[in-house]
Amino acid sequence: MKLNLLLTEHSFIFACMNPQIFDKLKLLAEAAKFDVSCASSGTTRSNAQKGIGSAAGWGVCHSFTEDGRCVSLLKIMLTNYCIYDCGYCANRRSNDIPRTTFSVSEIIELTIEFYRRNYIEGLFLSSGIVRNADYTMERMARVAKDLRTIHRYNGYIHLKTIPGASRELIGEAGLYADRLSCNVELPSEQSLKFIAPDKDYQSIYRPMHYIQQGFLESKEEKKKFRQAPRFAPAGQSTQMIIGASPDDDNRILHLANAMYQRPAMRRVYYSGYIPVNTYDNRLPALTAPPLVRENRLYQADWLMRFYHFKVDEIVNEGHPNLDLDIDPKLAWALRNPQFFPVDVNTADYEMILRVPGIGTKSAQLIVASRRYGNLSSEHLRKMGIVMKRAKYFITCRELPLFTVQEVKPERIRELLTLPAKKKKDAEGLMLNF
Amino acid sequence: MLYFIYDYTFEGLLTAIFDIYNRKVFPDRIQGGHLPVPLFTETYTVVSDPEKADRVIEGLKKKISRQALHHLFICYLSEIENIEASLFRYIRKTLESPSGIEVNFADEDVLFLSKIYKKVQNEAERVKQFVRFQKTADGIYLAIMDPLYNVLPLCSDFFQDRYADQSWLVYDSRRNYGLFYDLRKTEVVHFDQPIRPLQTGKMEDEHLDESEIAFQRLWNDYLKAITIRERKNLRLQRQFMPKRFWKYLTEKQ
Ligand code: SF4
Repeated sequence: MKLNLLLTEHSFIFACMNPQIFDKLKLLAEAAKFDVSCASSGTTRSNAQKGIGSAAGWGVCHSFTEDGRCVSLLKIMLTNYCIYDCGYCANRRSNDIPRTTFSVSEIIELTIEFYRRNYIEGLFLSSGIVRNADYTMERMARVAKDLRTIHRYNGYIHLKTIPGASRELIGEAGLYADRLSCNVELPSEQSLKFIAPDKDYQSIYRPMHYIQQGFLESKEEKKKFRQAPRFAPAGQSTQMIIGASPDDDNRILHLANAMYQRPAMRRVYYSGYIPVNTYDNRLPALTAPPLVRENRLYQADWLMRFYHFKVDEIVNEGHPNLDLDIDPKLAWALRNPQFFPVDVNTADYEMILRVPGIGTKSAQLIVASRRYGNLSSEHLRKMGIVMKRAKYFITCRELPLFTVQEVKPERIRELLTLPAKKKKDAEGLMLNF
Repeated sequence: MLYFIYDYTFEGLLTAIFDIYNRKVFPDRIQGGHLPVPLFTETYTVVSDPEKADRVIEGLKKKISRQALHHLFICYLSEIENIEASLFRYIRKTLESPSGIEVNFADEDVLFLSKIYKKVQNEAERVKQFVRFQKTADGIYLAIMDPLYNVLPLCSDFFQDRYADQSWLVYDSRRNYGLFYDLRKTEVVHFDQPIRPLQTGKMEDEHLDESEIAFQRLWNDYLKAITIRERKNLRLQRQFMPKRFWKYLTEKQ
């Protein structure tokens, strides 16, 4: 085998050879880094015309930064100039920072060249607002359009929509992007108006609504004729900043729950506030970002999406905030000991899902395997169930020793939090329940 | 002691299983021809036969799903010590039970193979994640890897689908073969002589396309820039991106 002289069919003019590109990339990646949505999932576009890329199946993390976060997309801003002055944002107008702007072709070239090297699944583009919402949105849509139509690029594209952008431009963006997003940013309108006075819920909900409409209309069209253009096939997502405003978890999760009722809403992201503008005293002075709280919110989010929990079971007026020491599933079980112990050999799937220490996969294994005979605790352990937790909440072939009925909830809480106290606070995004 | 010796292909293993049923002799071990056989062991050499292999597959299809069948192949790719025995036991139980044992995870072999399956799949996933193509001076995108299991066959569609308009080569240096796509088809290739990049994981600079270094630098810069220093968590990074891949990663030099 020799590496012969096969020439690939594409040739590029190397805008990237321009030395400025290094500085631009650093600045505009740095400017985009707080946006959390790394997912590139929920879409299928196979590479039909032998162009570059495909977005079939699930998103792949191609790298992990030193903070342990997944890098799946080239996440950058078109520009970090902005006419707005949002209190939680490093790019706000009143900050004296170096500013720069990518040209459309620079972003396209970076995306394609990174993609070809298997660095990324695609592009996630956001932008500061220059001149006005539509002017900015128009350039973002151009990037997506050129990638698809001129460069035959089939990789993933996620565009953030600009608050206040028009229906026409969002319609245009949706034709070429896999996913559009519109960040709620703060969990209540008062907080938003207080901290980001240039924005209001109207300017955020309207584009959200346009996306939803476009998505539903295109679905209808597709039913009539298959060649109908697709509109943001991976739907939309949104993000809330946690801990920048006094809003409690009850408020946050109820808002998230309401979002998930919308037909095109796929993910709500929670982003622990990192104090970037310490001089702004409308914002709390935090010494460290609220990572544990953020993790608990993601766990609660999972309970709503995959474990069939109702939001009120997780938080309510009586329990407005998630317990930071234990995960929300365990917290629910300890508040509701009357449902336990659950007999894994007979209980419904739904109830097995609620057992702390049993995840969706193990719950499925249990339900599939018990048809062949009664399961013992040894079986359960081998299937990957975390018996340290589960043992208080189940009965299986052997007699239970100490369930939540004998050992009181308070004591179980103690037993299960003891070692955690020694652990470092930085748990990252682990969903191990 | 009786050993069945086969050619170390999946087809060969299935043929061996056919022969076992056909001859009604149960060997103490089924192993690849490349492995040493202890002294005073009787051996029987299996001759791979697609028809016999098909008969076993047909038999299995009546009891388990196509997916489970594919999983057996994936487990085979693990190449772990004596995987043949587990696969044989699984197949035997399946053929001899009235309705198969596919989802009986209380069975030791089912559970064991489901774990092996997961491990192999994870490794394939990691290859898809951490392959870093370097563009060579002759325009081929080259990547080297040494996965724990023989997973390239599970990754070929992934690369072919994505990189249909560029010529690429993904090379498994542990097993000394690669997949080469020449804009028309993907083929299995191997280097006759050990070239240096197989050890280092990287092409030497002089063999790279002139733009390659710049894009590698841009990628490194990019990753640094998006790191949130306030959330630094190296443990988590290593958990997701095990050290053994670092030598292939552009960003970990
Ligand atoms: S609109 Fe607000 S959040 Fe967005 S870049 Fe401008 S200042 Fe930052």
